[in-house]
Amino acid sequence: MNDSLYAGLLDIVLLSLRVTGTALAICTAVGVPIGAVLGLSRIRARRLVTALLYTGMGLPPVVVGLFVYLLLSRSGPLGFLGWLFTPRAMILAQAIIAFPLVAGLTMAAVQSVDPAFRQQVRALGATRLQEIWALLREARLGVVAAIVAAFGSIISEVGAVMLVGGNIAGKTRVLTTAIVLNTRQGEFIPAIILGVLLLLLAFLANVALLRLQGRN
Amino acid sequence: MPTVYRLESVRQSYGGRTVLDLDRLEVRAGEILGVVGPSGSGKSTLLRLLNFLEHPTEGRLFFHGQAADGERTSLALRRQVTSVFQHPVLQRASVRANVSYGLRLRGIREDAQVRGLLERVGLAELSHSPARQLSGGEKQRVALARALVIRPRVLLLDEPTANLDPYNVGLIEQIVRDENRENGTTVVLVTHNVFQAHRLAHRTGLLLNGRLVELSDTASFFGSPADPRTAAFISGEMVY
Repeated sequence: MNDSLYAGLLDIVLLSLRVTGTALAICTAVGVPIGAVLGLSRIRARRLVTALLYTGMGLPPVVVGLFVYLLLSRSGPLGFLGWLFTPRAMILAQAIIAFPLVAGLTMAAVQSVDPAFRQQVRALGATRLQEIWALLREARLGVVAAIVAAFGSIISEVGAVMLVGGNIAGKTRVLTTAIVLNTRQGEFIPAIILGVLLLLLAFLANVALLRLQGRN
Repeated sequence: MPTVYRLESVRQSYGGRTVLDLDRLEVRAGEILGVVGPSGSGKSTLLRLLNFLEHPTEGRLFFHGQAADGERTSLALRRQVTSVFQHPVLQRASVRANVSYGLRLRGIREDAQVRGLLERVGLAELSHSPARQLSGGEKQRVALARALVIRPRVLLLDEPTANLDPYNVGLIEQIVRDENRENGTTVVLVTHNVFQAHRLAHRTGLLLNGRLVELSDTASFFGSPADPRTAAFISGEMVY
C-alpha cells in the first residue's frame, strides 16, 4: 500500500474539487450568458457559432492541453504569467474544455423555451436583461444539466491536466492523474479507491441535479 | 376623443408574404375596439405590432403621437401597454408570483394591489397554488390579473376566452368591461367570436386577408354593415 498516497488523499480530492470548481465557475459565468444571448439572437452568424460550439463539445481534451501548454510555455504568448505546471494552468484548460458544453447546452435550453413565453415577458414590460433572466429561469433545468454535464466532463478529464499540470505531488496532482500514476506503478488498490472517489463525486453532482429537477 | 394609436400605411410581411396591410387605423383613448376576422386574417399580427413586439415591414405606427419602433420602442412607452394571449403563458411559479411579475419587473412591491386583483378574478384562495396546474379558465384569469395589476393604459386581448366555459367567459368579459369603465383603460380585443365583440366593443372592425374591410361603431357594424363581406361574416355565411 502506498502510505504517502493515503496521507495526501485529502489534498488530491480538495485540489480536484478546487480546480474543477473554479473552472466550472468561470465557464458558467461566461458560458451561460453567452449561451442565452446566442439562444435569443437572430444574427446570421448564429449557425456558424452553433457549429463551432458543437464542434467544441467534441474537442479532445489532450488537444486543448497541448494548446494551453503552448500558450503558457516559457516561449509562448502567455509564458510571462508563469502558470505552466500550476493549478491555474489546469483551471484554464478545464474551463476551455467545459465552455462549449455550458454555452452550447444553455443555448439549446433557451431555444427550447416556447417563443410565446418570451413575447409574454416582453409584453409585460421586461427590459432586455430581465427578458434574458426570465428565459434562463424558465430554461433552468437545461442550464443546470449543462453545468452538471460540464462538471462530469472536466472532473474525469486526464489528458489536459496531465500535460499542463504535470502531476506534481502535493502541487498539481488530482484524482485522475493520481489514478494514472498508481496504475502505471501497479498500485491497483489505491487506483481503485481514487476511481471510486471520482465516481462518488460525479454521482453526488447528479444527485444534486435530480434534486433540482424534483423541486420543479 | 384623443388618439392612442395611429397606424399609417402599415404592412407586415413574413418571408415575402404580406399578412397585414392597413392604410390607416386609429385607436381612441378609453374605447374598447373589437377586431373580428377569421383565423389567419392578421388579427394577432396587429396586436403584436400594437404591443411593440414587432416592427412593421413598412409604414409607421404612432403611440400617443410618438413614433414607435417595434422592439426598440422606449421602455417608458412599452410599459404602458400589455397583452393577454389566447393561450396563457405562465411561469413555473405560484399564482401570486405570476400575478405580481409585472410589478416586480418595475421594482414595485405592492401586496395589496396583488391581493385585490386576485380577489377580483376570483383566485384569492388559489394564490399559493402552482399556476401551471390550474384549469384553462383559471389560467386565463391569472394572465388577466397579471396584465391588470400593472395598470396599463392599453390592454390588448388576443382571443382571451377561446375554448373557455361560459362561466369563465362571463367573468373575464365583466372584468374587461369594469377595467375599461372604471380606469379608462383602452382595450383592443381581437376575436373570431362576433358575439363577444358585439357584447364588449364600442367600435368593431373586420379584418380579412390582412385588410380592414370595415370599421364602425358596434351598433352600425352589426345592425347595418356597409360591406357585404361584413354582413356575410357576422351572419356566419362567409366561407373561408
